[in-house]
Amino acid sequence: MSNKKQFNRRDFLKVSGGTLGAAAAGFSLYTPSASAAKARVVVVGGGMGGATAARHIKKGDPAIDVTLIEANTTYHTCFMSNFVIAGERKLDYLAHGYDGLAAEGINIVNDTVIDITDNAVKTAGGGSYGFDRCVVSPGVSFKFVEGHNEDVANSKIPHAWKAGKQTQLLHDQITSMKDGGTVLICPPRNPFRCPPGPYERASLIAGYLKKNKPKSKIIILDPKDKFSKFGLFREGWTNHYGFDGAKNGGENSIITWVKAAEGGAVEEVDAGSMTVSAAVEDFEADVINVIPDQKAGALAFTVGLTDDSGWCPVNLHTFESTIRKNIHVIGDASAAKGMPKSGYAASSEAKVCAAGIVAVLNGAAPGSPAYVNTCYSVISFEPKDGISVAAIYKLREDGSKIQKMSGGLTPSGDKRNAANRAREVDYALSWYENITSNTFAD
Amino acid sequence: MQLKTFAISVLAAAIVAGCATQQPAEEKVAAAPAVKKAPPKVIAGASGALLASTCEGCHGTDGNSNGPATPSIAGMSEDYLVEAMEEFRDGDTRSTIMGRIAKGYTDEEIGLMAGHYAGLTFEKAGQKAHHRTIAKGEDLHNTYCEKCHNDAGSDPSDDSGILSGQWVPYLKYTMADFRSGERDISRKMKKKLDQLLASEGESGLDAVISYYGSQK
Repeated sequence: MSNKKQFNRRDFLKVSGGTLGAAAAGFSLYTPSASAAKARVVVVGGGMGGATAARHIKKGDPAIDVTLIEANTTYHTCFMSNFVIAGERKLDYLAHGYDGLAAEGINIVNDTVIDITDNAVKTAGGGSYGFDRCVVSPGVSFKFVEGHNEDVANSKIPHAWKAGKQTQLLHDQITSMKDGGTVLICPPRNPFRCPPGPYERASLIAGYLKKNKPKSKIIILDPKDKFSKFGLFREGWTNHYGFDGAKNGGENSIITWVKAAEGGAVEEVDAGSMTVSAAVEDFEADVINVIPDQKAGALAFTVGLTDDSGWCPVNLHTFESTIRKNIHVIGDASAAKGMPKSGYAASSEAKVCAAGIVAVLNGAAPGSPAYVNTCYSVISFEPKDGISVAAIYKLREDGSKIQKMSGGLTPSGDKRNAANRAREVDYALSWYENITSNTFAD
Repeated sequence: MQLKTFAISVLAAAIVAGCATQQPAEEKVAAAPAVKKAPPKVIAGASGALLASTCEGCHGTDGNSNGPATPSIAGMSEDYLVEAMEEFRDGDTRSTIMGRIAKGYTDEEIGLMAGHYAGLTFEKAGQKAHHRTIAKGEDLHNTYCEKCHNDAGSDPSDDSGILSGQWVPYLKYTMADFRSGERDISRKMKKKLDQLLASEGESGLDAVISYYGSQK
């Protein structure tokens, strides 16, 4: 608490133009570089986008004073959280802190942002953090259906689409479910964070049930008629979980997929009776996972960075908001046309954004961007079966879209499949170690 | 095959024309390419550092991997890195994912990334192995491998990658690929590998890999 007060007071000095005076008077500022800072950047949100941006701005020019403001002291990655739900990893596996970034000279502030003016970020703790450039990476927020809200999600019907307590809750619900029970998974409409995520979740829960509760079933109630890695997931479900593609499930399948055309869209949930009302019929279940439709994180709305789509329009070259000057939006909240909403995409956008900001703050024009995304999904751990989608992108000359240059899906069905699929699981695990240490310096 | 040829010829055309822009390799070549509209022009010219930053998610910060299945690529010679990327891109080295990614970069970009990583320092993974295994591996390395993989496979200037301190699971995958023909193997290497296997069997090869992996 006393630390927070100190931060606030220091920043008050900075905002009121007292930085140099304070340094000259021998006040200890955040970092040695602060007294010589040529410019200030405040990054709001310490997830994949924000943490990567903060680190790469500092790396790009150590003379820039970089502050990262995040409400939580620990971040749990959303990617790989399905491993925890299915009992393949503990929740701690997903946890990352900010000590590594602090050690690299980034000012870490543990507080909640309530407003962003044209030149300062205001926090609930009373802080005001002045900036020349601000980067906002607020993630997503949810459009709950009738009967569902964050309280219900925390206690009874988790979305578990931001990793943490709800990840654990969903895991606990599945492990305490009786054999012969039903798990409902209700994915959202496009666009949403981690497009293959709901289907990896179904796969890995199916893996758990096959081994531990073989009489149990999963029903996917989908408001879409197709989904990410569609053919590969269905092939995997057939190979591992008895799925009959012609029936979208079948008697012997652990997984049944009810698409939009067959009434898959969820309209209402009732936590009391554990019932989901879908377009055509009601479904009762023992465990219900409703992943709501999504929009930009709440802060993006509060500070006026969203348009009618519910997402944040940006210049795709620098990720500067097209609505508010000097404020950049990256990660899932941004309308990064052409890229999916994934953790790796957020990291890539952050690096492009950071390079642009470093250039501009040094009086140069932003260089040419380069973007990447790789997204692994594990269909089964026993045997190991992993798939991926990858892409390399460049910006269209007219700035209208981030254009895919190459990439694509894991091929299906050749004779090398089994060995390569096992490798893709290992690559996924290695990717996790590398992307998280690249982001959090841990 | 047709797709690749198409993509390469388009890129070549862009390079010949000296354009600052580049044409994306479209994933889906239409059944009637004659009426296919020109792919949108894109901005080329990203820096080596920014291009190289796209590798870090899998190959680690500054090219030093924290994950045992993907290799560290820092400090290897530029020639080796360029050749490796070209082989992935052209399918000479078959891969699960690297080929899909490598196709997205031009020759110039591959050169820039290779130059960037060649200038960084390889951090050895220093994995544990039994001292007798390491001693056996060293002996076999000296007999069969040392001529091309100098200084315990730590010398980038031999243009044979860096094996010393490399991740063991990655080395095992790679040897499996050389042996199955998924990856091009030089005649010289094949001869030495066959000799090693004939004389020492699988445990001999495992010992050599453990020797490299254990280097600190």
